[in-house]
Amino acid sequence: MKIGLLITCLADAMFPDVGRATVDVLERLGHTVDFPAEQSCCGQMHVNTGYQKAALPLVERFADVFAPYDAVVAPSGSCVGSVRHQHGLVARRFGSGGLQDAVGHVAGKTYELSELLVDVLGVTDVGAYFPHRVTYHPTCHSLRMLRVGDKPLRLLQAVDGIQLVDLPDADQCCGFGGTFAVKNADTSTAMLTDKMRHVLDTGAQLCSAGDSSCLMHIGGGLSRIRSGVGTVHLAQILAATRARPYVLDQAARDRATSGVLDGRA
Amino acid sequence: MSAVMLGMPTLPPPAPRGVGHLRGDESFPDAARHSLADTQLRANLGHATRTIRAKRASVVAELPDWEELREAGRQLKVHTMAHLPDYLEQLEAAVTARGGIVHWARDAAEANRIVTELVQAKGVDEVVKVKSMATQEIGLNEALEAAGISAWETDLAELIVQLGHDKPSHILVPAIHRNRSEIRQIFLDEMGDVDPDLTDEPSVLAGAARLHLRRKFLSAEVAISGANYAIAETGTIGVVESEGNGRMCLTLPQTLITVMGIEKLVPRYTDLEVFLQLLPRSSTGERMNPYTSMWTGITPDDGPQEFHLVLLDNGRTQVLADEEGRDALNCIRCSACLNVCPVYERAGGHAYGSVYPGPIGAILSPLLTGVEDNASLPFASSLCGACYDACPVKINIPEILVHLRARHTEEYAEEHTVPSVEAVAMSTLSFVMRDPRRWRLALRSGRLGRILGRRRGAIGEIPLPVVKQWTETRDLARPPQQTFRDWWAATHDGDRS
Repeated sequence: MKIGLLITCLADAMFPDVGRATVDVLERLGHTVDFPAEQSCCGQMHVNTGYQKAALPLVERFADVFAPYDAVVAPSGSCVGSVRHQHGLVARRFGSGGLQDAVGHVAGKTYELSELLVDVLGVTDVGAYFPHRVTYHPTCHSLRMLRVGDKPLRLLQAVDGIQLVDLPDADQCCGFGGTFAVKNADTSTAMLTDKMRHVLDTGAQLCSAGDSSCLMHIGGGLSRIRSGVGTVHLAQILAATRARPYVLDQAARDRATSGVLDGRA
Repeated sequence: MSAVMLGMPTLPPPAPRGVGHLRGDESFPDAARHSLADTQLRANLGHATRTIRAKRASVVAELPDWEELREAGRQLKVHTMAHLPDYLEQLEAAVTARGGIVHWARDAAEANRIVTELVQAKGVDEVVKVKSMATQEIGLNEALEAAGISAWETDLAELIVQLGHDKPSHILVPAIHRNRSEIRQIFLDEMGDVDPDLTDEPSVLAGAARLHLRRKFLSAEVAISGANYAIAETGTIGVVESEGNGRMCLTLPQTLITVMGIEKLVPRYTDLEVFLQLLPRSSTGERMNPYTSMWTGITPDDGPQEFHLVLLDNGRTQVLADEEGRDALNCIRCSACLNVCPVYERAGGHAYGSVYPGPIGAILSPLLTGVEDNASLPFASSLCGACYDACPVKINIPEILVHLRARHTEEYAEEHTVPSVEAVAMSTLSFVMRDPRRWRLALRSGRLGRILGRRRGAIGEIPLPVVKQWTETRDLARPPQQTFRDWWAATHDGDRS
């Protein structure tokens, strides 16, 4: 199976470890992953902020770049949601009939990581090792737009050594919502405060999720109040093994990757 | 001589400015900033929405066919809206045949004028009111007051709001922002005929309101109501409620005036099977509401002997004309979306500036008034999708919010020669992102941000526009040494750049 990786603009620029981890998991399971470098962004930020026409070239590019793959995977429920639900909308409003077909074709084979692993590849135990106390935030778009259900939790439950703690009010939004976080910063922060309170109540060391954007928001809040609780993407947990364990200390993680610009970590 | 209409009828306008309650004084972010700091409001809303969410979830879970009911409700509404002119005329004929009088009101001002004249014709200066969103929307109480007519709200929560010279903050629970000691004080200050030893026990407060209202019920000659639904085939109008005060208004006075939005129609009597299951469970979290009142025209010697139905447009035809937004008219005013909305739960109803708060208000208000008159509302959502899941008629609120955001940016661009800073940023980003080479360079330049955040590995508050909005309350992650694509190029694909 030829799997194309949609890295998402945010992970590409800010959280490359999440992309590496996604590649690591899939390669460890014996699959070949390709990263078409012509990709950029799914256009979700444009559509959600009201600039649908500006999203059109991004939607066109996405459909072109990922057409040749058997499956497309992204470590983000939100971006996959955009591909499945918004690309068609933009194509209908501004694109040609050809684009509508192309968009529908690619959307049908684009999966969020837990969907690809559980539904397409048929695995729940990916052979990971993660000896830490973790709570999982299911994220709105994975939960309500993609309906991934308990797939991420089933993957996590199969991880060796993990102490998985239920997050109270898990289905409540963390308050990110893209530009909502800056346009309605006060309301967003009020939502974030409640999410952080629930995360801290679990006593977890790390809050995990399947979306770097929500994690950037929750993690930004937890870091601001010096909570000592970190964030980790689902892919990073699934990529960790006894031989290559996840390093909890961010500074140490930075040091580990800064010296390997020309080789694999 | 009566005027002769020439040519095509024109589309009724959006809800006009200067009358009614569909527009706020402040933008949503500004209003929310104030309400978020209201400890009483936050506590009341947190408690009330949590309680009602749990009640709704448990009664919805009892019905194995809930999803089929929702789909039936949606399809009935979509069908009705697609044939609205026909059903409205059918309703008019049925109501008229049963002795009712139908009036058509293009907007709030016209509806207020019709109702005021009807009351004046009866020679009274006092009316009792059944809780109604439509009459709140058009500001009927203020219009009547200007004509020297006192309109008494008889729903307990609406009465609290009215006596407190306040505005409703929830569709179902208008006084959700008040606590019992505040209510006691309002009663003492405003009720006039209340026992001065009134305590703040809920049952004592309810008793005081009951005494106060009984006097109004027994003396009022005219009642004004809204409607939860009207049945086109029979001309039957219905109101569902909990307290029975609506029933008093609908049966005791001799004259009844009902103001109803033109979208509140169902085609057949049997359609109530669907909506009377969906509405109470979604609204109060009850299997059935205590009082369901239905009337068809007038019944000789029983109840009101004069019945007027005022059919209100006030922007609804404009909503119907918006292909992507028209499903907002399918709303049955249950308020389930308010109770599940994390934004409503924290900011409260007043922040929306309209009688329609919460997710449904964030789409309905701008659709009724025109987007530019409520431009901040479509953005008052994190698009978390909880409202869509809770809606008994499956209105895709997040999708309509996104559509209205586009309408706003496009209408703004048409009206202004200089584009907004945001529009420039978005088109620049699109220009950079559509070309892999430009995008790679832009991504690499992100490393410059590593200058910041060296001290503790994260970036704190930065006093720049937009960035400040983020960094006031959250740290920014420090950009990585290497983008993903550069790592990929170095490790996987020598021939790709």
